[in-house]
Amino acid sequence: MSNSSLPEAGKPLGHFVSTAEFDPQSTEKLTPAQEKYYFASQRQLIWWKFKKHRLAYYSGLFLLFCYFVIAFAEFIAPYDLSHRHIDDIYAPPQGIHFFEDGKFVGPRVYQRIKTLDMEILKREYSDNMTKSYPIRFLCEGDPYRFWGLIEGNTHLFCVEGKGDLFLLGTDRLGRDMFSRIIYGARISLTIGLIGITVSFVLGITIGGLAGYYGGWVDVVVQRIIEVLQSIPSIPLWMALAAILPVTWSPILIYFGITVILGLLDWTGLARAVRSKLLSLREEDYVLAAQLMGAKPPRIIVRHLIPGFMSHLIASATITIPAMILGETSLSFLGLGLRPPVTSWGVLLNEAQNINVVVLYPWLILPVVPVILVILAFNFMGDGLRDAADPYH
Amino acid sequence: MLKYIFFRFMAMIPTLAIASVLIFTIVELPPGDYFESYVAELQASGETVDPEKIEYLRVEYGFDKPAWQRYFGWVWGMFHGDFGYSFEYERPVSELIGSRIFLTMLLSTVTIIFTWLIAFPIGIYSATHKYSMGDYGFTFIGLLGLAIPNFLLALVMMYFAKVWFGTSIGGLMDPEYINEPMSLAKFGSIMEHMAIPVIVIGTSGTAAMIRRIRANLLDELKKQYVTTARAKGVPPVRAVLKYPFRMSLNFFIADIGNILPAVVSGAEVVAIVLSLETTGPLLISALQSQDMYLAGTFLMFLAVLTVIGVLVSDILLAILDPRIRLQGKAQK
Repeated sequence: MSNSSLPEAGKPLGHFVSTAEFDPQSTEKLTPAQEKYYFASQRQLIWWKFKKHRLAYYSGLFLLFCYFVIAFAEFIAPYDLSHRHIDDIYAPPQGIHFFEDGKFVGPRVYQRIKTLDMEILKREYSDNMTKSYPIRFLCEGDPYRFWGLIEGNTHLFCVEGKGDLFLLGTDRLGRDMFSRIIYGARISLTIGLIGITVSFVLGITIGGLAGYYGGWVDVVVQRIIEVLQSIPSIPLWMALAAILPVTWSPILIYFGITVILGLLDWTGLARAVRSKLLSLREEDYVLAAQLMGAKPPRIIVRHLIPGFMSHLIASATITIPAMILGETSLSFLGLGLRPPVTSWGVLLNEAQNINVVVLYPWLILPVVPVILVILAFNFMGDGLRDAADPYH
Repeated sequence: MLKYIFFRFMAMIPTLAIASVLIFTIVELPPGDYFESYVAELQASGETVDPEKIEYLRVEYGFDKPAWQRYFGWVWGMFHGDFGYSFEYERPVSELIGSRIFLTMLLSTVTIIFTWLIAFPIGIYSATHKYSMGDYGFTFIGLLGLAIPNFLLALVMMYFAKVWFGTSIGGLMDPEYINEPMSLAKFGSIMEHMAIPVIVIGTSGTAAMIRRIRANLLDELKKQYVTTARAKGVPPVRAVLKYPFRMSLNFFIADIGNILPAVVSGAEVVAIVLSLETTGPLLISALQSQDMYLAGTFLMFLAVLTVIGVLVSDILLAILDPRIRLQGKAQK
């Protein structure tokens, strides 16, 4: 700028706009690492923080794997859900061996010797160590309809020839437990998702109304929640489950049960939404938005919901296991799902007798995936909750 | 303060009124009534049914009248100390619940104390040793207790108790002590049988408790008064227990509303598996057989206890924490 551009004394200054590009960091240069951090979106910050929480990260991966498996349940399970092997009732789990006479032979199972102890009428199984069958991959077995649509009979693995492949044993009708657990996962893992969707919609709408409008709406909602919470959950489940008509098909019952689980779960979520809305409403940025003339719907959707959505997702993650366990205890009481719909709860229903624990302990195996999935959801929920507040 | 208590007290009335309607609906909802299933059951086992007796009972208990009249009859009765009559046990409801409530309360109290004894030390340890191996380890064990379905844990433990300690399976005492007067031997037997339900019910509650203690205590430990106390040379243990710990107990008092009904009902599913003579299985079987006065009155009893519990905890919180009293609302 030269002096010649200045106006004469006493005259107003001309409006000056620099043509040079504006660089807000001209005074203080950011390192690339800093730049990456400061300019990251909230979603990215959450993701970074979540990844640092090792246990939560691997739990998340495990759950992804589980949902991947249930998407291909028909293909991964070696037998059909209701295929009855009448010669193999209450067969114990079989082991897979890779070596024979010190030589690597690939995965094989021994032939089963099946006898019936006439004195105590107990079926006894032992391995014939001299004969074994190889396990084949991508082979043909029980026919199925993939997702009820595409017909197929290819399975991920099965045994060749006349061999049996009961990795986790069989139940009282000679059905393969491993296949049943995989099919059961499809029901058990989705029941929480549908239930949580129902309770999410109810919780956010009702809690949001109470928190935003306050006044008598708030009072009424608070009372309803108090009433619902004052009645123990199991009787409520039982009563609602008892109304489902007996004539309904098992699939309709399944949806009914999930909706019931969701209908009773929203109270906690609604409370959380309400208190979050009440406190966030007082924040400066909401006032700023109001002063700029934003209408209430825009304030709620654009400014308030993103503020607590992550918290809600985290708390939802912790509620899913409660729903899975809820279904298990409903099925245990004989009020939940009914065969032929198979969930982990239905499978465990067969294991409610102490004789089972003593004689056929492999029937309690469905509890292993239950425990793993619930632990994984809890760890992931913990990680999400920590990550939900990335600046904390 | 008195005004606050008065208004809180008045707010209980509409809550309980709605709760009673809801409970009556729940009990009434399943199609049919007790007499229908009773008659069907008798006929199925080949016994003859005296239609006059059934008809008499129907009229006596108002099953010929519309539901709303029965509802008011039920509520009216409760105000006069008449809690209805159990069809299945053919005894008054109050007597039936009364006979089981002692063992239930004993069991629940022991369970709650067990939970506290485990959860408090672990919660404090986890908060003071955040992200240490011990913190992770205890959290993991606690979560494991939460993740294992209670009824299964009960079954397996029952089996091992029989194999290792020779404890008889099921019940809250050895069979020979049932209907015996209380004696030292009977008490010992009860204590022996109590171990499994206490551990099974306790484990599922401990995890949640540890987490809450840890989270609340962590919030308090961040505050400046703790730093000040440490800077002034207060020993570490005292610096944790004296103020931060007491402050973190607020949530605990807020929880009384949930503890009271739990003491009376006990864990239903576990009690069924272990065939305990507590009130839980009574309630479930009453709901299943549509023994409606038994189920309804018991549920109402639980609802009243919850509401009273919430009231007590709100009042206690208001007394203990002036911040809540001034703001006029409870914080969780």
